[in-house]
Amino acid sequence: MLPLLLDRVCFAVNGKTIIDNISAEIADGPRTVILGPNGAGKSVLMRLCHGLFAPTSGSISWRGTNGGRRRHAMVFQRPVMLRRSALANVAYALKLAGVSPRERVLRARDVLEAVGLASVAERPARVLSGGEQQKLALARAWALGPEVLFLDEPTANLDPGATRDVESLIGQIRAGGTKIVMTTHNLGQAKRLGDEILFLNQGRLVERTPVDQFFIKPASAEADAFIRGELLWN
Amino acid sequence: MNEIWVALSEAGRLIGGLDVKLTEIVFLSLRVSLTAVLVASALGLPLGAAIAVGRFPGRQALIVTLNALMGLPPVVVGLLVYLMLSRAGPLGQFGILFTPAAMVVAQTILILPIVAALSRQVIEDAWQEYREQLRSLGAGPLTSAVTLLWDTRFSLVTIVLAGFGRAAAEVGAVMIVGGNIDGVTRVMTTAIALETSKGDLPLALGLGIILITLVLALNAAAYWVKEAAQRRYG
Repeated sequence: MLPLLLDRVCFAVNGKTIIDNISAEIADGPRTVILGPNGAGKSVLMRLCHGLFAPTSGSISWRGTNGGRRRHAMVFQRPVMLRRSALANVAYALKLAGVSPRERVLRARDVLEAVGLASVAERPARVLSGGEQQKLALARAWALGPEVLFLDEPTANLDPGATRDVESLIGQIRAGGTKIVMTTHNLGQAKRLGDEILFLNQGRLVERTPVDQFFIKPASAEADAFIRGELLWN
Repeated sequence: MNEIWVALSEAGRLIGGLDVKLTEIVFLSLRVSLTAVLVASALGLPLGAAIAVGRFPGRQALIVTLNALMGLPPVVVGLLVYLMLSRAGPLGQFGILFTPAAMVVAQTILILPIVAALSRQVIEDAWQEYREQLRSLGAGPLTSAVTLLWDTRFSLVTIVLAGFGRAAAEVGAVMIVGGNIDGVTRVMTTAIALETSKGDLPLALGLGIILITLVLALNAAAYWVKEAAQRRYG
């Protein structure tokens, strides 16, 4: 279903512009990191791509065929777990995706095994640690077999150990052929996990640069200032 | 003072000896109020969920109305149901006035707004948290409502028990539509009112003790269920 085409996308709430005229093509292959300061519109852009919000103007379209079903999933900054077991949380997502009851449990067990949560499969999801919950959220999204996985600040609330686990899991998902699009405001993470950077500031797409080049020689003064840790609000 | 002690010990004897008249009254009370709470929950919980998740014209007015109806005076409900069910009333042909069925109808009307309004509040709070996640997984309004009903089940138990407490403790509505007929429609509250005015304090006190114990036990159970569930499921 890739590439994803954004054509002059604007998004405003109560007259306040949050996404300002963004056009971009997001293609299969490179891991795309949406980078920018707080309030730049990173999360909103991702929700627009995922279809949770509709653009105020402009259009968002998937170019490839998608076989009639949505093949992109999203993991949120704070995972929302249902009051049931870890296994049942994954099975629930599969149920909504139309997977048969027998198949659901098998696939849920497989994916929990793959992310290292098999030992807590029967435990209530909400009492798992923050890191485990985020891995479970990734597992739940991954189980759907998405072509594209949107990750919104997937490690923002985690300690370094859990962050490492989640980052390696993202690598694993990517190795399985899923396109990764993620937001972060963490420069180290952008370096580790990104192939290309979409740099956002104040709702505008300021530049789009391969990751090695971005951190050495960004194309815009704003990105340069952001990298050097300067505050961007006027 | 002495009179009260005599009445109390006599009440204790009635309870301890499982007095026929007393147990009959207690069981009728339970039958009527449990049926009412069952019907009110079957209607009120889905209604609360639908209002929480749905967006339709008149929604806010409906919420305000439901909230206001929580304070319905039982005697007024009794009067209205009496008018509906009396011979000349629109539902007079069913001939259920002065039967337990009429009392169930009155109590159901009394507690339906409580169950619907409180569950609407609880489910809407959960909806704020779950909304994006459920939409991302592809849940429509109906699936979301069912999921939220299940996920808030422990809080809903407390609401249902509150409804039962209200039904079991009210006297005005059942007095009017039931008629307090000995052996037919006499429940704990109407019996207490009658026996007290007759001066038969032991039976009134005995029923009062049972009623208070019942309400206490229910609240303890509700508290315990919620606590245990919170610890177990987070």
